Amino acid sequence: MSEKVGVYICHCGSNIAGVVDVEEVAKWAGENIENVTVSRDYKFMCSSLGQALIEDDIKNEGLTRVVVGACSPHLHEKTFRRACSNAGLNPYLCQMASLREQVSWVVEDKQAATAKAKAMISGAVRRVQLQEELEPTEVPVNPATLIVGAGIAGIQAALELADGGYPVYLVEREPSIGGHMAQFDKTFPTLDCAACILTPRMSEVGAHTNITMMTYSEVEELTGFVGSFHARIKKKARFVNEEACTGCGICIEKCPKKVIDDVFEVGMGMRKSIYRSFPQAVPNTPVIDTESCIYFERGKCKACELFCPTNAIDFEQKDTYLDLDVGNVILATGYDLFDVKKMPQYGYGRLANVFTSLEFERMCNASGPTDGKIVLRDGVTEPESVAIVHCVGSRDENHNKYCSSICCMSALKFGHLVMEKTGAEVHSCYIDMRTNQKGYEEFYQRLLGEGMHFIRGKVADVTDAARIKEEEGKLIVQVEDTLLGKQRRIPVDMVILMAALEPRYDARDVGLKFGISCSMEGWFTERHPKLDPVATMTDGIFIAGAAQGPKDIPATVVQGAAASARVQGMISSGMVKIEPVVATIDEERCSGCRICNNLCPFNAIEFLAEKEVSFINTVLCKGCGTCVAACPAQAISGAHYSNAQIFAEIEGLLYDVYSSNGHKTAQPEIESVPA
Amino acid sequence: MTEEQFEPKIVAFLCNWCSYRAADLAGTARIKYQPNVRMIRVMCSGRVDPAFVLKALALGADGVMIAGCHPGECHYMVQNYKAMRRFAMLKHTLDKFGVENDRVRLQWASAAEGLQLATAINEMIDQVRELGPLNWSARWSENGQIEAAIQSLIVEHAEAMEVPA
Repeated sequence: MSEKVGVYICHCGSNIAGVVDVEEVAKWAGENIENVTVSRDYKFMCSSLGQALIEDDIKNEGLTRVVVGACSPHLHEKTFRRACSNAGLNPYLCQMASLREQVSWVVEDKQAATAKAKAMISGAVRRVQLQEELEPTEVPVNPATLIVGAGIAGIQAALELADGGYPVYLVEREPSIGGHMAQFDKTFPTLDCAACILTPRMSEVGAHTNITMMTYSEVEELTGFVGSFHARIKKKARFVNEEACTGCGICIEKCPKKVIDDVFEVGMGMRKSIYRSFPQAVPNTPVIDTESCIYFERGKCKACELFCPTNAIDFEQKDTYLDLDVGNVILATGYDLFDVKKMPQYGYGRLANVFTSLEFERMCNASGPTDGKIVLRDGVTEPESVAIVHCVGSRDENHNKYCSSICCMSALKFGHLVMEKTGAEVHSCYIDMRTNQKGYEEFYQRLLGEGMHFIRGKVADVTDAARIKEEEGKLIVQVEDTLLGKQRRIPVDMVILMAALEPRYDARDVGLKFGISCSMEGWFTERHPKLDPVATMTDGIFIAGAAQGPKDIPATVVQGAAASARVQGMISSGMVKIEPVVATIDEERCSGCRICNNLCPFNAIEFLAEKEVSFINTVLCKGCGTCVAACPAQAISGAHYSNAQIFAEIEGLLYDVYSSNGHKTAQPEIESVPA
Repeated sequence: MTEEQFEPKIVAFLCNWCSYRAADLAGTARIKYQPNVRMIRVMCSGRVDPAFVLKALALGADGVMIAGCHPGECHYMVQNYKAMRRFAMLKHTLDKFGVENDRVRLQWASAAEGLQLATAINEMIDQVRELGPLNWSARWSENGQIEAAIQSLIVEHAEAMEVPA
C-alpha cells in the first residue's frame, strides 16, 4: 500500500515567500511527486491555524506521512511532531525541510532558490515514506543528584536542592569546600568580605542532613544515563579519621614540618604537613600531605598522632571507593588562572614585585600570608605606587581571544583596597573598561572620584632597567596611552597582573568522563547559549559557574540555582523520556565480528558470548550511528536514520539530475555497496 | 551571454549538533552562498557510510561534502575521528575510481561557524565547477577503468595485509 503524504510549504511571512515561489513549489509537489495527496502553502505553518491544517488533513484525508517545508527542524520540529501526534499520527512520521535557513535566507536568485526548495521537498517526501513509527522509552528519575565541584556554584546548587528536600552528593577535589571564592578578600562592587558571605553557606552545607559532602574526592567514572547514573567516587586517604576528629587543630600546631602552600596561598604563605586549607575550612578535618610529611619520608615522627586527643590520626588509611546512584549531575568545576609566566615581558617570576591577581587577593585577606597588609615581596615595605595591568592572557590573539569578564571589576576593587590601606598612587592600564552589571558602573565612577589613574592602553612591558634617575629602583611600566597618543613610562613599586580565567587544565578529560563537549578554548558547552545555558547536549548533565565560561560571583550563583531548578523539574516529573533514535542489531545478520564493539564511546554495545553476536543497550545508545555505518554485514540499523531513508533522501535531492541522466526512478532499497 | 555555465550539484551531509547548526546560523545571519548545495542531516559525521557518498556520486552529484564538529568537540565525544579515518580511505578509493580528490571534502564547522561553513561551501562549488561534470555512472560503462581500479585496490589491500616475515 502506498503512503499518503501531505506537503506543507510555509511562507514564514515574507521570510520564505519573499525569495522562494512557495505557491509554485506546493503546486509542483502535488503534481509531480509520487504519493503526495495533499500539497498546500500557508502564511505561517507554526501558527495554531497552520497546525490545524495538518491535523485536519490527517483526520479527513487520511494522511500517513507529513512533510513541512519551513524553518530549521531545530526550531519547529517539536511543534509539527506535536500536531501530528494530536491528530493520531506517530510524530516520527513527520519530516521537515529547512526552506528558510538553507534556502530563502542564503540564496539570492529567486529561480535558483525555488529549484533548491523543490529538490529539498522531493528529498523529504522520498525519505518520509520510509520513516517508521517510534516510541520514546520512559525511565524513572532517581531523586539524588551528584554535584561535582564545591565552589560557590556547587554550594548554591547543593543548598537549593537540599532545601527542596532532595538528597545531594557534593564532591570536591580539594580538602575543603569553598573554591576560589574562599581565597578572596573583598567582593566587588559592594566590598563585603568574601568569607563573611561564603562561610555561613559552607557551614550550612556541612550541617545539612540532605547533603553528603565528599571532600578530597574525585569522580572516577560515570556510567548510565539520565535518571539513573552510576558514579564511582574515589575518596583519597586523608590519614585522619573524619568521624573521630574534632577539628581541634592540635596536630597542626605540633607538626614540625612547614612547607610552601602553593594551592590555597598560591605560594605566598606556608602551611604544615598536616593542614587544612584555611581556618574556616569545611569539613575542618585536616589532611596529611604525604609528600612532605616526615613520617612518610623517613618512617619517624608521628607528632600528630602523639598529641591527638581523640586518636583520629590513621597512617594506615587507604583510598576508598564509593558507588553512588544518582538521577542527574551538575558540573561546577570552576576555572584555572592563566599562567602569567607565558608573558615574560611582564616579568613575573623575574621581577620580585610583580604579583598575580590571586596573589594580591591573598595578600589583602586578613587571614592571608601578610595578615592583610599590602607590602612588597620583602614583607615589610608598603608600596608608594602600584600599577594594575589588565587583560593579561585575555583579549590577546596569542593566548585567549575572549574577555575574562571579571578582571576590570577586580582591578577596580584592588585599586580601592590599595588606596584605602596604603594611600599609594594606583595606575590602571586597561584596553576597555567593562563594567556592565548592576552597580558596576557606579563603582567605576566611585574609583574615578577616589583618584585612581586610568590609562587606556595595553602594557608593552614591565622592566627594572631605569633610564632616568626617578626610575631607579622602580619597576617601569611601558604603555602607550592611546587617549593621549603618547608612549608613557610609569615608575611604580608594585605591579599586579590581572590574569585571565582559563578552563581547568583537565576540563577536556572531565568532559569526556561525563560525556559532554567543550568549546575550542575548553569551556563546557551549553545546550543553547541563550535559551538553555545550564543544560548540556547530554541529558541529565548540567553545568554551572565558571566551568561554562568566565563569570563573576552573582552570575555563578544564578547558574548554580538555575541548574538545581532544572534538576528539581526532572525529579518532580518523576519520569524522563529517552529519544528513540537509537541503533539496534539484527541477531540473524550479525556475524559476531565485533568491529562495532570498540566504536561506541558510550559502551552501549556488548558482545553476547553465548550467542556470539553483539547487542546494543538502547538506553545507553545516544544514536550517533557510527556503528551503523561501520557494520560490514549491515546488521545494525539506526532508527530514523536508516540506510534506506538516507538513500531515499539522496535520490530525492538529486531527482532533477539522475532522471535526466537516463536513470530509472530508483526504488528505495538497501543496496549492498562495499563500505 | 555565451555558453551556459556548468552548475554542479553538491550533496552535503551535516551532523545534527555542529554543522547543521552552522548552516542554521549562516541562514539566521543571512550569509549568502551558492545554491548548488543540497543538505542532508545526520546525527553525526560518524554516521556517514562511504556508501552514501558513492550513492550520491553515482546518482549524478558532482561532489560530496561531509561536515562535522571539530576534532575534540564531537557531541558523541570521538565519532568525528572515525569519520576522519573513513574519509581518508574513501578519498583513496575514489581516487582509484577516477574521482578527483577535490570532489569530496571533509569540513569541520562548529555551531558558531556559519560563515566558515558558507565559505567552505562556496570554495568547494567553485572547485567542482572548475573540474566540470562528473558523470560518473556514464563513465563506468565507457571503458575498463573500473575493473582496473578494482584490481589495483585488491592488490594494494593484499600487500597491506601481508605480514612481513
